[in-house]
Amino acid sequence: MTGNSGDDTPVDVTKGAPQAETGATVATSTEHPPGAAERAAPGSRQGDFGIDTTARTTGQALRDYGTRLRSGELGSLPALLGLLALFILFTVLDKGGVFPSLLNLANLLQQGAGRTIIAMGLVFVLLTGEIDLAAGTASGLAAALMALHLVSGGNMLGAMGTTVFILFVVVMLLAAALAAFLRIWWAVALSVVAALLLVVGFPQNAWLEMLLAISVGVVIGVLTGFLVAKVGMPSFVVTLALFITWQGVILQLIGDGGTLGLRDPVINAVANGNLSTLGSWLLFVVGAGGYALVLLNRQRTRLAKGLVAQPTGLVLLKIGAVVVLGAVATYLLTQDRSPGLIEISGVPYVVPIVLVLLVVGTYVLDRTRFGRHVYAVGGNREAARRAGIDVVRIRASVFVISSAFAAIGAIVYSSKVGSVSPAAGGGNTLLFAVGAAVIGGTSLFGGRGRVSNAVIGGAVLATVENGLGLLKQPAAVVFVITGLVLLVAAGVDVLSRRRSATAGR
Amino acid sequence: MSEPILQLRAVSKSFGAVRVLHDVDFTVRAGEVTALVGDNGAGKSTLVKCVAGIHPIDGGDILFEGNPVTVHSPADAAALGIEVVYQDLALADNLDIVQNMFLGRERGRSWLLDESDMEQAARRTLASLSVRTVTSVRMPVASLSGGQRQTVAIAKAVLWDSKVVLLDEPTAALGVAQTRQVLDLVRRLAEQGLGVVLISHNMADVFEVADRIATLYLGRMVAEVPTKDVTHGQVVELITAGRSGDLGLARPEAAGVTQ
Repeated sequence: MTGNSGDDTPVDVTKGAPQAETGATVATSTEHPPGAAERAAPGSRQGDFGIDTTARTTGQALRDYGTRLRSGELGSLPALLGLLALFILFTVLDKGGVFPSLLNLANLLQQGAGRTIIAMGLVFVLLTGEIDLAAGTASGLAAALMALHLVSGGNMLGAMGTTVFILFVVVMLLAAALAAFLRIWWAVALSVVAALLLVVGFPQNAWLEMLLAISVGVVIGVLTGFLVAKVGMPSFVVTLALFITWQGVILQLIGDGGTLGLRDPVINAVANGNLSTLGSWLLFVVGAGGYALVLLNRQRTRLAKGLVAQPTGLVLLKIGAVVVLGAVATYLLTQDRSPGLIEISGVPYVVPIVLVLLVVGTYVLDRTRFGRHVYAVGGNREAARRAGIDVVRIRASVFVISSAFAAIGAIVYSSKVGSVSPAAGGGNTLLFAVGAAVIGGTSLFGGRGRVSNAVIGGAVLATVENGLGLLKQPAAVVFVITGLVLLVAAGVDVLSRRRSATAGR
Repeated sequence: MSEPILQLRAVSKSFGAVRVLHDVDFTVRAGEVTALVGDNGAGKSTLVKCVAGIHPIDGGDILFEGNPVTVHSPADAAALGIEVVYQDLALADNLDIVQNMFLGRERGRSWLLDESDMEQAARRTLASLSVRTVTSVRMPVASLSGGQRQTVAIAKAVLWDSKVVLLDEPTAALGVAQTRQVLDLVRRLAEQGLGVVLISHNMADVFEVADRIATLYLGRMVAEVPTKDVTHGQVVELITAGRSGDLGLARPEAAGVTQ
């Protein structure tokens, strides 16, 4: 044994939970040619790797989790505990009983969703150790174009004026060319879609307008990604400059002091609509059932192949928790929560929207080659380059993803407000989104973080704002407290890093 | 004596006006550890990077298994079976051992990686190298000790169907016990039929594991000799002065003219 490697803390960054080894047999795969080391030692001495093949019980796994927490691998735990504390605090403090009411909790979900979605996209950028300060105003620009298309009935040329219109089309085609140069093909496709939607002048259609918003997000992301990854400018400067630029473009499109109303039933329903009772329960069945199936299936195959796996008890515990919590939440949200006569019930649409983005984002980061390379670029860019990873393409892609998510977030928050103003996405929209990602446990230093962090962090920020608002606190207090929450979260990140740097080895 | 697996013939390399390698000849044989020694700035790391495809060579030939090859990128080198373990290890701290070992060459479809296959292959490789110090292949590299990291970096290099492994200062940052482990590992690689190149400043390490010693002096290959034919002192003279008795540069005047 070397040095002090007597610690028995197997840690797994990808699965986020202690792992145990269960099978002692290792199937010999013949799909790939054996490596050089294997060829020379055909009888491969697997017995030597003894420590890796000891089964652990749930109890041991939980103790290991405790050891890991002490050594600084905190993950989302502080944010989850904070969320719980805030809920209890506001429930106790709010004498009127409004905070814990179903109406307010559903409202809270809808209020926080837009910013949370922006934060989910930002996680990709933060993972590579960069920052996208322009995500906020980029989302505002996407929303402005969506609203302009709706208000002008699809006549973008008339709404923008000839010069601006031509500039937009040229920039979109330029983005398509740059995306092709960077070999991000889906971004090429969406950039072309953006230009087509502008030029062809389809009549007003909510779905096409939302597609336009997302495509505009992609166009913006390609421009940012190209400047950062290919030209090599620092992301802070590029996105700071673009932050200001997009603000100007939004102002040009909407006009000083103007607002564009979003009077469309589909767009309005995005953040204000609810699933039917049947739909709500279907969502529960698909969501919780899918979660259980995926976890059980993975557990079965890992056990069968003798791979590092979690204790089965722990897996069942996780599934049980998700099923029970999901069922309770679904049941409560399908009750009538309206204080008036008109019934309001069902799970808000934003819940499935956030869930789908969460599942897709997590899948991409955990199970695909692209996701693995994003983590590698964030962890050690030079190592990634030497391993033959196209670092430029990865770094550009994360900005495209971030801006596309920002555009989806823009659709949600614009739908909630019902209009788009020149201030859309400005102010501290972006800083709150970065805050949400960091509070949830994503590291600003790159390499550590998950999409779920953004969701948890977004919930914390939405709860703080909503709760303090109900306690009739002035905006001054809300800002100060939100800032302090962020400060604490960033402090926990730094301290836990220092801890894991010293305690780890 | 076995056949040369990798040969460099009259390889030159300049960075701008600075000529770093002067017509360097260098031979790596399968089943042997060839030590590459030289003072700081002698061109050892540049030579390795030329072989690895990180720097293009300006002149000369690289022969692999007797055939001339061109190595333009790390991928080309990997395709030939040349793997490099860099001084700074090139591991991503936030990824676990399996993920690091397969970085850039993940198995499975790009939309669904084959984690089981990778984990099993990683474990087999570590086992075949008799690595016993790592408790789980799913530990993040950040939590490993220096020797364990070096082990992972070496295991990463031999996971593939590799024929030549170049190790750049593998023991520089290690303690006594960890150095011992890594040297054992180096010896084992050669026993398994690989051509191993060991770059080191530590003469004790070199004399312990190397079959042959190649000495670079100011960008020139001054001697390539079997370890048993030279003494400690001779090698030090070769490194510092470029010659030692009959070995090395022919005349003192020649050594002075470097440009």
